[in-house]
Amino acid sequence: MMEAELFVAWFEEAARQVRDNRDRLTRLDAAIGDADHGTNIDRGLTEVLKELAESAPRSPGEVLTTAGATLIRRVGGASGPLYGSLFRQMGKTLESPVTLARFAGAFEEGVVAVERLGKATMGDKTMVDALIPASRALALAVRDGVDVRRALDQAARAAAEGAKTTIPLQARKGRASYLGERSIGHEDPGAASAALFMAALAAVAT
Amino acid sequence: MKKLINTADSVVEDALNGMAAAHPSLRVRDRVVYRAEGPRPGKVGLVSGGGSGHEPLHAGFVGHGMLDAACPGEVFTSPVPDQIIEATKGVDGGAGVLHIVKNYTGDVLNFEMAAELVEGVEVASVLVDDDVAVQDSLYTAGRRGTGATLFVEKMAGALAEEGAPLARVAAVAAEVDERSRSFGIALSSCTTPAAGKPTFDLPETDVELGIGIHGEPGRARVPMVSARELAGVAMEAIHGDLPLTGDLLVMVNGMGGTPLMELYVVFAEVAAFVKGKGARVSRSLVGNYVTSLEMQGFSVTVCRLDDALTRWWDAPVETPGLRWGR
Repeated sequence: MMEAELFVAWFEEAARQVRDNRDRLTRLDAAIGDADHGTNIDRGLTEVLKELAESAPRSPGEVLTTAGATLIRRVGGASGPLYGSLFRQMGKTLESPVTLARFAGAFEEGVVAVERLGKATMGDKTMVDALIPASRALALAVRDGVDVRRALDQAARAAAEGAKTTIPLQARKGRASYLGERSIGHEDPGAASAALFMAALAAVAT
Repeated sequence: MKKLINTADSVVEDALNGMAAAHPSLRVRDRVVYRAEGPRPGKVGLVSGGGSGHEPLHAGFVGHGMLDAACPGEVFTSPVPDQIIEATKGVDGGAGVLHIVKNYTGDVLNFEMAAELVEGVEVASVLVDDDVAVQDSLYTAGRRGTGATLFVEKMAGALAEEGAPLARVAAVAAEVDERSRSFGIALSSCTTPAAGKPTFDLPETDVELGIGIHGEPGRARVPMVSARELAGVAMEAIHGDLPLTGDLLVMVNGMGGTPLMELYVVFAEVAAFVKGKGARVSRSLVGNYVTSLEMQGFSVTVCRLDDALTRWWDAPVETPGLRWGR
């Protein structure tokens, strides 16, 4: 079972990992965007932790909707609304008590919300290229009946591999798409940060 | 790189405090810049916004004849829906509000969310996408909004002052965008306060063609050539997309780090190009209006005028960034 504390810990760990990787994310964004992805996500997660401490949400769903709404309200850019929608939709869908199957279902709903808002699909060189493989890995884990820890490990690995698949792609969405063929050869910063989020969740699940 | 800042985190806040202190005609509250006098009953309100670092766009264009409010985001980061909602409510004089949105994924998402969430105000929106350097296709996010944003804000602003209804102001704003094209060239990158080093490395010998306004790399990198040749590249790209005929409004815009003298060197070449195509520079603007921090370079924006658009361009305007006829 996955409790509210686990989801709060998820955002704490994500904030730590994003901070550790802030320069790398910004460097990736400088290559094909405008060099602010690391800064923006770092700033957003700092606000999320503040908001979670203040409002002390009780259920996993509330933790996620609080985090999502905060990201939408505080971050700006494209990543604010996109990550915000991911967590808010996940939170709205997630029923307690949270089982792996329920989490996988809510995660998929969140990813669909991102796809819809950003009008992006697999292969556009966006965060979706990391999120969809993670979602599929969760669904497979549910089908195979593996435990939560292993399932989240598999999701994190799938997201990391998904992020790497963006390197040879030509961007079709967002600012990177302005570069045309010059976007080829660079990892998408949104996919990279999505992989960090999944790694953070795997790290706090015990 | 040295920057005149206190801290990278506070740069937007500190600059807004400076704007408020310098311009009593503005009121700054919760990261929104309003006209100090508040909304005028019956007038359509104009709200724009976007990342900071493009000054005077947008906050410098708040005032009579242009915007009613501007929402500045963090440096090169679009504003958040809360700002846009507050601005929209704050400028509504009962005739509705026009959102002027530059076509960037972040700007579009945040303005869309705000338009959906705001209650009790009729909202229309216009998307500015004038940059011919980006192919408008399914395989890109579509053309960027750059210099034409100023034209849209000026002309739609003049029409709104005349008391035109929201649908008409929105239609004219869209028409200005359709009649306008831009192309930008960078001689150097720029440095965001948070990053502290240039967004991309551009050797002394090269220029970037087809840049936007966020220090992002352009479509191609070529060896540096004369102002005449660079102006030619920009004008050929514009002319190839929207043939230059009749009376034109032409802006040669500095990206923030190019001396006015050099912008006039470019303007002379642009004017010669226009003449060579049998068109006429009817109105012009030369200076730093839609900038990318301290980037060196320029953009050219051309709008095909008609009598009505010319009149709205000439109409009085009184803002920190643009002021005439009043």
